Amino acid sequence: MFSWDLLTGALVFGLLVGCFYAAVSIGLSVAFGLLDVPHIAHPAFLVVGAYGAWWLGQYGWDPIVAGLALAPVFFFLGVLVYRIYHATFEKRGSDAGLRGLAFFFGVAFIVEVALILAFGVDQRMVEAPYIGKSVDLTEDLRVPMRLLVGFAAALALTICLTLYLSKTFMGRAIKAVAQDQVALSLMGADPVRVKQWAFGIATAVTCIAGALLIIIGPVDPQLGRLYIGRTFCVVVLAGLGSMSGTLVAALILGVAESIVLTFFGASWAPAVAFGLLLVVLGVRPQGLFGR
Amino acid sequence: MNQRQSCTLARRAFLALAACAATLPAPTWAQGAPIKIGLSMSQTGPLGGGGKAALLGLQIWRDDVNAKGGLLGRKVELVVYDDQSNPATTPGIYTKLLDVDKVDLLIAPYGTNPTAPIMPLVKQRGLLLMGNFSFEVNERVQHDMWFNNAPWNDAVSWSQGFIEMGKKRGAKTIAFLAADAEFSQNLATGARNLAKHQGLNAVYDQKYPPNTADFSSMIRALKATKPDIVFVASYPGESVAIVRAVNEIGIGDSVKLFGGGMVGLQFAPIMESLGSQLNGIVNYNAWVPEKSMMYPGIADFLKRYAERAKAEKVDPLGYYLPPFNYAAGQMIEQAVTATKSLDHKTLAAYLRSNEHKTIVGPIKYGRNGEWANARVVMAQFNGIKDKDIEQFRQPGKQVILYPEAMKTGELKFPFEKARK
Repeated sequence: MFSWDLLTGALVFGLLVGCFYAAVSIGLSVAFGLLDVPHIAHPAFLVVGAYGAWWLGQYGWDPIVAGLALAPVFFFLGVLVYRIYHATFEKRGSDAGLRGLAFFFGVAFIVEVALILAFGVDQRMVEAPYIGKSVDLTEDLRVPMRLLVGFAAALALTICLTLYLSKTFMGRAIKAVAQDQVALSLMGADPVRVKQWAFGIATAVTCIAGALLIIIGPVDPQLGRLYIGRTFCVVVLAGLGSMSGTLVAALILGVAESIVLTFFGASWAPAVAFGLLLVVLGVRPQGLFGR
Repeated sequence: MNQRQSCTLARRAFLALAACAATLPAPTWAQGAPIKIGLSMSQTGPLGGGGKAALLGLQIWRDDVNAKGGLLGRKVELVVYDDQSNPATTPGIYTKLLDVDKVDLLIAPYGTNPTAPIMPLVKQRGLLLMGNFSFEVNERVQHDMWFNNAPWNDAVSWSQGFIEMGKKRGAKTIAFLAADAEFSQNLATGARNLAKHQGLNAVYDQKYPPNTADFSSMIRALKATKPDIVFVASYPGESVAIVRAVNEIGIGDSVKLFGGGMVGLQFAPIMESLGSQLNGIVNYNAWVPEKSMMYPGIADFLKRYAERAKAEKVDPLGYYLPPFNYAAGQMIEQAVTATKSLDHKTLAAYLRSNEHKTIVGPIKYGRNGEWANARVVMAQFNGIKDKDIEQFRQPGKQVILYPEAMKTGELKFPFEKARK
């Protein structure tokens, strides 16, 4: 059943959900796109961030404030994880192929089990003034406030990270290490330190995105598995390492999913991500914004 | 005291202790090896929350029966493995339970999807299997030694009350929203057939992939079709997301009834989190604390369950699965005690031909090892406040509307008015 109202609604919801996809993918865009670390545990960290927001929520914290407050902790967690990965794989030159992937798979499973042991298997939700309420955009179009808040926070996060990477010294160093690690070493900079800093930032951003995740819907320890395909799809679709590309790719994915869901049936929606990926990689193998 | 004297004293003390031990009354169940009852139960994964609570119900039965001296004078032991809510793991687990652990009796895993893969195994080996809240799992296998503990039988028994109520209120159109998984689709198929039979026109019929996180677009599309009743067959995570989306976007003034087959709205953590957003929803349930469902023993069981649930951090109310798991244990207990046997065929014959007294009421089996008289209730959430788990222990919060014999209140409709 087609109607312009439904199409408008599908576009609006697609953009809102797409922005949320950008937020949950942007940390991976740094870790995988820029640093070439096969960070398959990224969605598991996302869920840890969501649980962190839930935990502080028990003491009356707003989920987004909780995410921001926990970001420094996640920064150091990211640094630690990268140090271990570097010492056990990168340094020995054995990070190529399946080994690095296996390491992060292991980390993801450990994180999942740790969450189950700590919090149990039940789903967790948060409460906030903007959850469960909606805004009337037009007479026929009511939009959940949680999606609007998620949209705004995701947009702010993406803009901040894009500015950080392009305008600051450390940001440019991170981009440099992504382009040519050896050249950076010859300039006297330590690529490992730059990479651990970048991985820390990626993990901190993931924590904030985790807070958005629990705003959007309930979380359980194994929710991360659902986001592995979607986040990697966004990053590859964007072109590895492109922050603005990540936002655009996520918006395309969100809108495509929403339109398919509204007019062709929800069962097709999960296939949209990989369908888009196949088309883009066939036409433009470097991704939409890759060089 | 020299060394020889101290040695003699030690020997005397040992002999005295041994004599004392010999005169102590031995536990009555120590006369033989324990009776092992094997099962897999989801402790992790999407069914983990319910699985843990269900297992606690069964453990309380085990402790009760052992306190009474066990079965046939033998202690009862549960051999339990976590199937991770993954149907692929259950055939391996049940093979291990039978061939390695050598269990005497079997109870099925919680839910339809983990149970379905073990049905051919138990049929092939001619084993008794006590079902555990699965739905139509024996429909194709037709195993004559299967006995479900759930209060439903066929798909009609599940959706009949819901659709009849809608029809009585003048409904002409219906919308379906169902997860694309075996259980939900079986349920939705039953509801579709019944709706067709009742002359209801399906204006929206949407399958969605399990674990869909946001339903805003779907609810908007559903609302545009202006249905009179909306039948939802969903799993816990999606049920929460659907309720949220409905509260945010609205479902339209045309809708008289909303709900039906939403799994999860029976679990205390979800009920507590959704709070007032539940008001007006009419949903299936197995047991609610209404006067018409207060069977002998249920109040005592729930009291003891609540104490242990707190310590074990599982569903604090435990209305949905734990009493029925306890009931499964009670039925095994009654069959073994009456037949004085562990022979599966003998026990199955007893279970088939007798009515069993349990804390969830009398159970008699009919076709396919399902209940002869289904007892699925349709209850409407009413006057629910936010952040108050204790309110759900009171009657009147989940008013029974169907079946007629158990009714404790009247339907409030239309839905938009009922949820205010």
